Amino acid sequence: MSIRSTVLSEFESVAEQQNIKLAPLDDDLTLLSSGLDSLCLAVVVARLEDKLGVDPFSAPADQGRLPNTVGDFVQMYEEAVSRQAYR
Amino acid sequence: MQWQECNSLWDATRAAGALSERFLCGGARAVNLAELDRKTSLGGKAGALRGRSVLIRTRDLLASALAMIELDGMVRRMVLCPPDLNTEGLRYVAAAVETDAIVGDGTISEDLSGLGTFVRCGTELEPCAGKREERLASEWVLLTSGTTGTPKIVVHTLQTLGMAVDSNIALEGRRPVWSTFFDIRRYGGLCVFLRALMGGDSMVLSSVVEPAASFLERAGACGVTHMSGTPSHWRRTFMSPTARRISPSYLRMSGEIADQAILDRLRDFYQAKVDHAFASTEAGVGFVVNDGRAGFPAAWAGTRQGETDIKVEDGVLRLRSRRNALRYIGYESHVLGPDGYVDTGDLVELRGDRYYYLGRQDGTINVGGSKIHPEEVEAVLQMHPKVRMALARARKNSITGGLVSAEVVLDKDPGSSQERVKLQDELLHFCAERLSRYQVPAAIRIVPELPLATSGKIVRRGE
Repeated sequence: MSIRSTVLSEFESVAEQQNIKLAPLDDDLTLLSSGLDSLCLAVVVARLEDKLGVDPFSAPADQGRLPNTVGDFVQMYEEAVSRQAYR
Repeated sequence: MQWQECNSLWDATRAAGALSERFLCGGARAVNLAELDRKTSLGGKAGALRGRSVLIRTRDLLASALAMIELDGMVRRMVLCPPDLNTEGLRYVAAAVETDAIVGDGTISEDLSGLGTFVRCGTELEPCAGKREERLASEWVLLTSGTTGTPKIVVHTLQTLGMAVDSNIALEGRRPVWSTFFDIRRYGGLCVFLRALMGGDSMVLSSVVEPAASFLERAGACGVTHMSGTPSHWRRTFMSPTARRISPSYLRMSGEIADQAILDRLRDFYQAKVDHAFASTEAGVGFVVNDGRAGFPAAWAGTRQGETDIKVEDGVLRLRSRRNALRYIGYESHVLGPDGYVDTGDLVELRGDRYYYLGRQDGTINVGGSKIHPEEVEAVLQMHPKVRMALARARKNSITGGLVSAEVVLDKDPGSSQERVKLQDELLHFCAERLSRYQVPAAIRIVPELPLATSGKIVRRGE
């Protein structure tokens, strides 16, 4: 599974577990209008850390990076995973 | 006149001056403080509540705020109900505090029968005849989460709560406008609310029904200069497209551990002074760290900082000050220990010249400012017929500070890995049906065994 689909499927599974109606996920959708609140995003980040072995939000390299949209969020994971692969 | 000499919150608010230049902004409307002098939000019925023990039960923060202003000095006891208090909790509290009246805005549909006189409040003001009489030192009663699922009831007064927050920054020619992500029915938010009123400033209240993005827009439009919240509130703000709508000069974090990353990020993002404070409902505001670094100076232990005596004993922070709560209601333990200090239950560790926070001694998990007791989560998991033993613990999280994560030992091995995944999913749903959202574990791991200490207790150790 690609990073993108891993991330997006985690959005969907958390929304389902929290009984939240998820807006159609496209790159320009802002995270806060996706329907997921910060608790949901926290759970997504924790599960992605288990699956992908990275948490781009805690990595110092990403200081100052602020994902506003779903596209930013996916990109942060893609970059974090590729950085990890070269380490 | 010093605020300590004032008879009531309204007295102190008025004594701070310039009422007509000051406001309280709620989710739906704003109120100019000068209006409050001769108007009522209680339909002029405050007199009927004189000397009573009153619960303030509204969804709207402005409605609660106006009721607090009108009732302080008038009632014997005023209990602030946070919005997530359910009806069962409300009835428990009402009995414990000997409620004989409820002030509510009628937005929470529940049966209030048997709880005394009901007085309707709201955010609309009407003219009110008669002079205010405020003579009683009203008790301000706050609720905080307890281990057993029932709230802990903590008693303060205006003297313990007043002017607990300050900023030590000067604004040129501007009157400060305070705001906070915290609900003002909880300690952190209440202190900011009281500070704004008693210190001569204005305030923007948050709203239970308003998304974070619109709250920030509203706060920005009101010209917020001073703002407080948990590190989680700020991490969420960074993800909001409206984060730049506010341009505060002073930011303050409390309620969770502020690490160096969030301190630096916040300072750089807003180019503002960023402090972090240690505070709890029981201890009150202990101290403020204003050097921009995580933790606090080791030299503070054993000394008085501001109005607070600070001690570290067995790695636990203990505080004594005029801001300590007076007592609990309906709870056998005491707020103050035999040494006159509050045992905060917060673990600290000495590294170099600083103490750093390690988390809670009792294993309480802080999920975005909500205190979660692992025992409650474990009890639910252990109700499941296939679970023999469960351990819930904190897992660090870069968004909410902490999350709950659980490990379970099963009755018998589920066999295939497919069956394990299915059972994990089943357990998550089982928890979701029985626990609040914040309590549901982010992940449940199936483990062969869980270590026990020699005391026979399960070994709790956070990450």
